Amino acid sequence: MSTPTAIEIAAQVRSGSQSATAALESSLSDIAERDRELHSFLHLTEDRARAQAAAVDAVVAAGNDPGPLAGVPIALKDNMCTRGAPTTCSSKMLEGWKPPYDATVVSRLEAAGALVVGKTNLDEFAMGSSTENSAFGPTRNPHDPSRVPGGSSGGSAAAVGAGLVPVSLGSDTGGSIRQPASLCGVVGVKPTYGAVSRYGLIAFASSLDQIGPFATTVGDAALVLDAISGHDPLDATSIPAAIPTVSSALTNGVAGKRIGIIDELMGEGIDEDVLRQTELAAEAFRSAGATVERVSIPATIYGLAAYYLIAPAEASSNLARYDGVRYGARVDGGNVEAMNIATRTAGFGDEVKRRIMLGTYALSSGYYDAYYGKAQRVRSLIAAEFATAYEQFDLLLSPTSPSTAFELGAKSDPMALYMCDVCTIPSNLVGHPAMSVPFGSGDDGLPIGVQILAPMLHEPAMFAAAAVLEAAQKGSS
Amino acid sequence: MSELSDGWEMVIGLEVHVELATKSKLFCGCSNSFGDQPNTNVCPTCLGLPGSLPVVNAQAVQYAMTLGRAIGCTVSPSVFARKNYFYPDMPKDYQTTQYDQPTNEDGSLELPDGTVIGIERAHIEEDTGKSTHLGGGGRIHDATATLVDYNRAGVPLVEVVTRPELTSADEARAYVAELRDILIATGVSDARMEEGSMRVDANVSVRPTGDAELRTRCEIKNINSLRSLGRAINYEARRHVALYEAGEAPSQETRHWDEDGGRSTSGRSKEDADDYRYFACPDLPPLAPTPAELAAIDEAMPVLPGRRRSALASAAGVSMAETSLAVERGLDTFALDAIAAGGQGISVMKHVDQNLADGVGVMTAESFAALVALEADGALSATQVKTVLYEMVASGGQPADIAASMGFEAMDNSELESLLDQLIADNPDEWARFAEGDSKVQGFFVGQIMKATQGKADGKIVNQLMSAKAKA
Amino acid sequence: MTKRITADEVTHVATLARLRVADDELVMFTEQLAAVLETASALEALDLDGVEPMAQPYALTNVLREDVVTPSLDPTEVLAMAPAAEDGRFRVPPALGDAQ
Repeated sequence: MSTPTAIEIAAQVRSGSQSATAALESSLSDIAERDRELHSFLHLTEDRARAQAAAVDAVVAAGNDPGPLAGVPIALKDNMCTRGAPTTCSSKMLEGWKPPYDATVVSRLEAAGALVVGKTNLDEFAMGSSTENSAFGPTRNPHDPSRVPGGSSGGSAAAVGAGLVPVSLGSDTGGSIRQPASLCGVVGVKPTYGAVSRYGLIAFASSLDQIGPFATTVGDAALVLDAISGHDPLDATSIPAAIPTVSSALTNGVAGKRIGIIDELMGEGIDEDVLRQTELAAEAFRSAGATVERVSIPATIYGLAAYYLIAPAEASSNLARYDGVRYGARVDGGNVEAMNIATRTAGFGDEVKRRIMLGTYALSSGYYDAYYGKAQRVRSLIAAEFATAYEQFDLLLSPTSPSTAFELGAKSDPMALYMCDVCTIPSNLVGHPAMSVPFGSGDDGLPIGVQILAPMLHEPAMFAAAAVLEAAQKGSS
Repeated sequence: MSELSDGWEMVIGLEVHVELATKSKLFCGCSNSFGDQPNTNVCPTCLGLPGSLPVVNAQAVQYAMTLGRAIGCTVSPSVFARKNYFYPDMPKDYQTTQYDQPTNEDGSLELPDGTVIGIERAHIEEDTGKSTHLGGGGRIHDATATLVDYNRAGVPLVEVVTRPELTSADEARAYVAELRDILIATGVSDARMEEGSMRVDANVSVRPTGDAELRTRCEIKNINSLRSLGRAINYEARRHVALYEAGEAPSQETRHWDEDGGRSTSGRSKEDADDYRYFACPDLPPLAPTPAELAAIDEAMPVLPGRRRSALASAAGVSMAETSLAVERGLDTFALDAIAAGGQGISVMKHVDQNLADGVGVMTAESFAALVALEADGALSATQVKTVLYEMVASGGQPADIAASMGFEAMDNSELESLLDQLIADNPDEWARFAEGDSKVQGFFVGQIMKATQGKADGKIVNQLMSAKAKA
Repeated sequence: MTKRITADEVTHVATLARLRVADDELVMFTEQLAAVLETASALEALDLDGVEPMAQPYALTNVLREDVVTPSLDPTEVLAMAPAAEDGRFRVPPALGDAQ
């Protein structure tokens, strides 16, 4: 792809060889030209981006440093609050709502000189794995428009995959950054839980949600992650300590590292070509001086079941506030309860309703212990097994998605779609970082990503390994 | 004293919601103030806007633990939980509260009469907004619309829950008054029932006297004063007895107290539909007080009303209950000092209760004790004592000097006697009526003597002289 | 094998969640929820005695903020979001009116 990387744009803007305004207009014209078919954006924030570009250019003109992301156009998944600009979560419930505040990540990006160009499509309230569950229509895969981009951050993945913007942000609750990254052939990172502030991220499942970057290169992903991570006093779950930077670790390599391939994620339900690419990634690590072995983490097989109790349970509570009283949609009723019911019944799509009902059930009297309570214990079990594995290994490796991108409408059964997250869910349950790195193509010629997993706050080693795979890809292509 | 017909007793549990005296709300920096323009103290967090997150106010936790220690609770690591139900006053449609791991558990509170009320828990939670019902005279049943103000949403509360151990309306009132005194003494809350910074819900049931079982209870809300609390409890208990005696039974429900009508009306019924689906709030890490923090709280704890009352009661030689007013007015230390300086306990307490409602001004405890002594000696009349007292409060000084400068000298009884003889001679008809037992004319004679002595006479002695002469 | 969730239970949770499920949706939702709960049955066999539940992945305690007042939102902006407002307040239908 000829599109410049974020690192290149920032270097040009900081040196004065290209203006932020020019970088912005180039991205906006690409979007205008090519997003009609993809539908990766729901709304553009051109005015805000132009004002920000002018401000960056003024800083450069004054001889000052506008920051590491100077003039870099960036897209945000439309579940991150942007002051005065629509923030819908792809739901009719929030159509037309404009938040009176910015998410912390938005403030941090702009403080680093980035230009927020628009808001991208997602599965409604981030619930889905294909971006087909958007109230405003699906997004298409830039590699094959008849296929899905994955989800729920499908718009952000597709926008980067298509080169409309060099970088974007998504949110990952059970794989919603990594799976679409894999399907769109880009890098996607879910950081350690608590490394990036959730303030202003519209909650799906609070104990699992985490914001992270999409990029075409590992270096760009590192640049964005370093800009957005760090303690935020507005998020009580934000880690109150320095978060290690990753940009400085990219050349560390994997020589002498021990990398484990998770046995349980290398079998049934995973396509042959995906397994093949994962084994090839292992080979690449070996070539770079790492030892790679199989490791069994049996409890990962319970991840999916635990996740589909915990995430809906938290969601059922997080989404109660959409009641037609204070903001967003309202459908009238003769009394307040009737109004609530009419509003929620009309405002939410089926997948959201399914998860709300499932979560309500998992928490309800008589079922809490068997479902929600048990699932929260399974998290501890998985964490304990990961801890044991990390006594033997520095990093872990697995497929990201069981398959390459599938056709729109191919997975109408909710359960079939839920299976897309089987490899990505364990990291969310335990709060560990994980990322998907493009590594070759499937038999259908579509991109395949492999997943690198690391212990809590070990992003530097994870990024160093990702850079090794990226270099191996460049070498082979 | 039972308010119920024979054979029945009340079982009362109280849930008192106390607004904490923090500057800002529980989970955000909006002002915790009362009476501002609607929806001016709101932000993304307390409005429950999408994407907003809570962060706990350290001072609210400090106040909650202080209250816990003041009422003898065990203060433990605690977890915030979400209580899920829909309510337009509640911006997130769940209330952030504490459920199975509250900050304070297992305490007790001793009433002035020595009764000890068990406290189950005192947990931290957020307040709701406030609804105004339009049309239908403001009554919820007939309203045509509701207007909501979220200024109060997210204000920090501690809910203090008693065990179902109270047995009368009087006891309930005494409990709430005592809790209020503790809240004020510790600075945890201004505890104003009329402003709603202290709100009481009463769980009331009745049972045959001596039974151990707990019968169906009703929760009475909307109680806005101590007086309402007593009336509401008595009304509700009688209603239950009447139902049982008619062969019926009350149903478990929430009822609203109607102060004007003097009755409770049925509110929401507590059906199975109430399923709050509590779970630990994933946005809020647990609280874990350290032993050092708890020790510091104990260290800073003021002497509480109960201890102050018992100290004063033993020094003054009065009952604990008789010391309540002095303690409430914060005059117990002054009274103790006056007693230590030689003031007679009962007289000291009488003046503190009757004449010092507005405080002691610049008067010292020693000079006050001297005044009480002059009064005991009979050197000054009651009226003179009061005049001197007010002068001391206003300007200080010694009572003997003030009395002298005002010309208050003890009057000789013989002087009074001759004045009285003269009055009797001048008003024979009135005297005859007095002698026959018409006490109405007594005031006439006392008044005349006061007039003649410019108030220097001791009214008590005049009365004694008159009785003696009438009998003679 | 009994169904993991019945149509009546789906109706009940819909009521708790303030959702209306039309008759023709009830069968679909019941089957779909039952399918998810069926996979959750995998957890039943696990012996988790002595395993603590994990509420948050990164264990923190006592995350507190100072008791300092910070600016609130402009009330005009707040009420501009409201589907209905009156007299500086959010307006909603009465609590106890007829459903229609």
